[in-house]
Amino acid sequence: MTAQLDPNDLTTPLKHVRKALPHDSAAKHVSGTATYIDDMVEPVGTLHLAPGWSRQAVRGRILALDLEEVRSAPGVVAVLTADDIPGRNDCSSAFGDDPVLAEEEILFYGQVVFAVVAETRDQARKAALKAKIDVAPITPILTAEDAVDADTTVLPDYQFRRGSPETGMNAAEEVLSGSMKIGGQEHFYLEGQVAMALPQEDGGMMVYSSTQHPTEIQHTVAKVLGVPDAAVTAEVRRMGGGFGGKESQANQWAALASIAAAHTGRACKIRLDRDDDMIMTGKRHDFKVNWQVGHDSEGRIRAVDMEFLARCGYSVDLSLGVNDRTLFHADSSYFYPDALIRSRRLRTDTCSNTAFRGFGGPQGMLAAERMIDAIAITLDKDPLEIRKLNFYDGERNLTPFGMPVEEYQVMHDLIDQLEESSDYWARRDDVRFFNENNAVLKKGLALTPVKFGISFTLKHLNQAGALVHLYTDGSVHLNHGGTEMGQGLYQKVAQVVAEEFGVSLNKVRITATNTSKVPNTGPTAASSGTDLNAMAAKIAAKEIKNRLITFLCEQHQCGPEAIFFGDNKVVVGDQSFALADVAKQAHMARIQLSHAGYYATPGITWDRESATGRPFYYFAFGGACAEVTIDTMTGEMTVDRVDILHDVGHSLNPAIDLGQIEGGFVQGMGWLTTEELIWDETGRLRTHAPSTYKIPTASDIPEEFNVRLYQGSGNPQATVYRSKAVGEPPVMLANAVFCAINDAVASLSPGLVPNLDAPATPEAIMKAVQDMRRRKIA
Amino acid sequence: MRDTIRFLKGGEVVELANVGPTETVLDYLRLRRRETGTKEGCGEGDCGACTVALGRLIDGKLVYQPVNSCIQLLGMIDGAELVTVEDLSQDARLHPVQAAMVEMHGSQCGFCTPGFIMTLFTLYHDTGAEKSRKTVTEWLAGNLCRCTGYRPIIEAALESCFDAADDAFSWRAHETREQLRQLSDSSDVFIGDSDCFFSSPATLDGLAALYGQHPNATLVAGATDVGLWITKHLRELPKMIWLGRIEGLDRVEDSPSGVLIGATATYAATEEAMTSLSSNLGELWRRIGSKQVRASGTVGGNIANGSPIGDTPPALIALGTTLELHSAEGSRALPLEDYFIDYGKQDRRQGEFVTGLFVPRLSANQAFRCYKITKRFDQDISSVMGAFRLSLDGEGVITDARIAFGGMAGTPKRASGAEAALKGASLDDPSTWGAAMQALLSDFTPLTDMRASAEYRMETARALLAKALMEVSGTAPEEVRVLAKREAGHDRAA
Repeated sequence: MTAQLDPNDLTTPLKHVRKALPHDSAAKHVSGTATYIDDMVEPVGTLHLAPGWSRQAVRGRILALDLEEVRSAPGVVAVLTADDIPGRNDCSSAFGDDPVLAEEEILFYGQVVFAVVAETRDQARKAALKAKIDVAPITPILTAEDAVDADTTVLPDYQFRRGSPETGMNAAEEVLSGSMKIGGQEHFYLEGQVAMALPQEDGGMMVYSSTQHPTEIQHTVAKVLGVPDAAVTAEVRRMGGGFGGKESQANQWAALASIAAAHTGRACKIRLDRDDDMIMTGKRHDFKVNWQVGHDSEGRIRAVDMEFLARCGYSVDLSLGVNDRTLFHADSSYFYPDALIRSRRLRTDTCSNTAFRGFGGPQGMLAAERMIDAIAITLDKDPLEIRKLNFYDGERNLTPFGMPVEEYQVMHDLIDQLEESSDYWARRDDVRFFNENNAVLKKGLALTPVKFGISFTLKHLNQAGALVHLYTDGSVHLNHGGTEMGQGLYQKVAQVVAEEFGVSLNKVRITATNTSKVPNTGPTAASSGTDLNAMAAKIAAKEIKNRLITFLCEQHQCGPEAIFFGDNKVVVGDQSFALADVAKQAHMARIQLSHAGYYATPGITWDRESATGRPFYYFAFGGACAEVTIDTMTGEMTVDRVDILHDVGHSLNPAIDLGQIEGGFVQGMGWLTTEELIWDETGRLRTHAPSTYKIPTASDIPEEFNVRLYQGSGNPQATVYRSKAVGEPPVMLANAVFCAINDAVASLSPGLVPNLDAPATPEAIMKAVQDMRRRKIA
Repeated sequence: MRDTIRFLKGGEVVELANVGPTETVLDYLRLRRRETGTKEGCGEGDCGACTVALGRLIDGKLVYQPVNSCIQLLGMIDGAELVTVEDLSQDARLHPVQAAMVEMHGSQCGFCTPGFIMTLFTLYHDTGAEKSRKTVTEWLAGNLCRCTGYRPIIEAALESCFDAADDAFSWRAHETREQLRQLSDSSDVFIGDSDCFFSSPATLDGLAALYGQHPNATLVAGATDVGLWITKHLRELPKMIWLGRIEGLDRVEDSPSGVLIGATATYAATEEAMTSLSSNLGELWRRIGSKQVRASGTVGGNIANGSPIGDTPPALIALGTTLELHSAEGSRALPLEDYFIDYGKQDRRQGEFVTGLFVPRLSANQAFRCYKITKRFDQDISSVMGAFRLSLDGEGVITDARIAFGGMAGTPKRASGAEAALKGASLDDPSTWGAAMQALLSDFTPLTDMRASAEYRMETARALLAKALMEVSGTAPEEVRVLAKREAGHDRAA
């Protein structure tokens, strides 16, 4: 039986879905009883690992590795090098280029060379410092520009080309060009990377890993141990934050713990120190963007030529998908009649950059906003006017990759509503007045849109499974392939399943994601966790329910329309039974009360090679209006007010969605303001702890912070209860903050486009301010 | 002599005879007690995930303060009540701050949450806090959350933290006070042997004798710096002398001539006195570290270690602070700026330790301004820290200037050229300020590091001097400080 999709209306009475329920673990979070990997009861004799690495080497050939003092340090049980890996020395997702332990060469600052296994974590960490690693240095390539000069890439260039950008540019009345740097971002999940491996009989391994991708943990561990996938089980109940940083980056630690466990026959755990974590694991890609835009006298874009130079680091990791998504979002919400959008995936001798909430999209969109701002400033028009002028509409609605923006009206309506609720035009006057009357402080205002494509652009990842059991006491066991990193996925799926069975939420037992329950899963990423897993779980629950309906129809000689599930009961005509009793009877009648649900997103046809087809199931929309004040003497900045309106279709859980929107926005704001990654001239990361890398604190959020869900007609696609994905899109709401800072700087010399780079730290703002003053004089 | 430490947990006295010199409270909780509610996020006191509350008697009153358990030494909780997240809910009933956090959706991944709960618990028990968003964000500055964006946490705090305390801790406060009184004694603590020990002498003489005997011992006050030597540098520090129990060493004496700060007085304990010297100084104090750091960290320790991350020394130097040192040989005093010889090098002789500082009060004709420039407003170390004390005659002419900067050299340093150039300059005539602005260029040769470039530092130092002059000349701070709305009132020019 196929699943019936729910009607697209809000009148269906729902008991659990669309309710603002707390996170399923909220009470455990606040009382410290939610169990993370490092909190699990350790088997007797558990050993602890610490990574060993060179504090000096950035790139170089290993001449000698002296581990004698490490081996003889107190508590040390084993010291592992690449030679101790029974299977393949690789923890990459796909490309085979991420060594678990360095062999002949150190490829970047912080690469793990060996691992110490000791009785305590403290002993392991101290012993790891005693190694002597002799390295013949090789001059490293550090920045995107260096890599362009050296012509080193991890993947071939890729581009979208539509129409004739050359002709378009020639035909344009004005052509503007510029370049900007966009910084990377450290995930700073509060729970660092951690894994614990327990050896099993017959060479098997049970791995607990803080991962967004248990299946990849399973595959990686099998690969490094040289055992079949079926010998390895990976499990995760919850992560203390992921944000993309545990999509591929958890592999290495699970691999090391497993190698050590296989080697010693004891349970082995590795929990990275925060500094090691920040040095060793990949981050959001930093970019240099070169852009050229041709437009008419009104400010309507005629053609664009954008070049995205991404620092990928020493290996491919997820750079293919990340950089593709940059191109997919280089239009932000604007129609480009002719477009050439190019991407270079540059290889540098730095940690391998990886997934981070937004997955390349934010960088693409920020570049688009820069072009719009440039057009507005040179035409002396309000940037919002230029934004709206270039929005996709009924006729101009084809993206550079050929997918139409069908919901352009949602985008227009949402921005119109936000324009009004934020009182944009009155505040524009206030800002102008403020700036005319203040010599030192300047205000800026910006209202920017978000349009984010939902689906993995790697087609095969758009599938999910769930395993649902109904027990004979009426309780429900829920399992699916999605992982919980704080985003509330488990709760949303539980709400959907409780709704389906008509049971109270406490009857649904949420269980840890486990590769032996639901196999061959994709990562919990691309904002798709709920779209995929809630649908698979709903299908599983529906199937069990349908079996019960069929059974009851026979038993009571009635039609299915006479049967209703609700309040932990099943109503059959004028009779009412406890669900537990119905389950018991069905079991006695030998009806299977368990089902593995499966869902694959329909309608996705993207073909990367030819760059044709439809990559996304749908788009999620949003808008933000930000007001900032900058100090033109020091570059200090405050965000004074932010208004957000965001489209989540019909929300499955408004409280959780609101949390995603606010949290995503603040994380994006951090990326664009205070969070700065600094490598020294030799290639060593200098900002590897919260003392030097500054994510937002409570006082950084605007005092006036109005966040609302857009009330529309739901997702036109048949998603679960017509909801929309919400994980990543809100990050890009923060573009409004960056554009507002740019607006404040622009007020210093009307007509000149500021050269503000991201992140807009006080120093970056001062640099842009001084540049404006110099150009004004010149 | 006592060879154990004693503290309260869950209403019971815990007595430990086995306390390693570098053992942290977090390791004690997670590894020894296997209580895993308290989390390690960063291991350096910057993220607050490991926050626990310590209850102590301050002037007879039971006060709960948040501390970062990852860098708090176990021996340092001697005589205190240790409260962790596990202690809060009673018979499965959530504590009011826990309930508010659930109700407001204040947790997502939940890993930082126990730390937030514990900080909010201390706010809940703070009787003086004014109910405002500013109060809340100030208390939460030391707790990082990467998921929620803080809004629901702030609302949970406003909802739950400002009514009179009515929880298990307030109900048994009388008993707790009695228990803490009984734990308080004046005997020296020494656990271990002469090669490896944790000790906390009870008197200055006891300290001088012990330090004389073990000049290679580590002196620790708040452990907000020494803690990192342990967790990050993995240093072996087998001999630990904690100064926190030395009677009188934590004194804060406010007098008409100035404020005397004992070496072990915490930032928290000196905040009020500093605010009384200057509201600018008070605001600076509230931006040093976080609530957790200020509850443990001491002004004296920061100076004694010559920590390069010192945001208070420039302000204290500009105010004309003197430093007092003591050893078995006797005492001496010196101007604070003379103590900092070079990067990582201080004028502290073998066996000598800091006993206190004296910060003179501003006279009626003096004005003081200080500015802390950071990437992030709260809990960040300055890229440039500028402090200015200007003495004026009745006509607005500068008769004397003391200017000190942090972040402009290897140590906090006075801008002697600019100071000289300002003499005779007029507040009313900005054209007389140029020489001092120019002099700064030769006063300093700043470096580029992860906090800022040399060029930005120099430009900003000059901007801060200009700002100070503008403000003292009468420009309202709201016109020249983007952060003014976050800061309290400012003292006007005298």
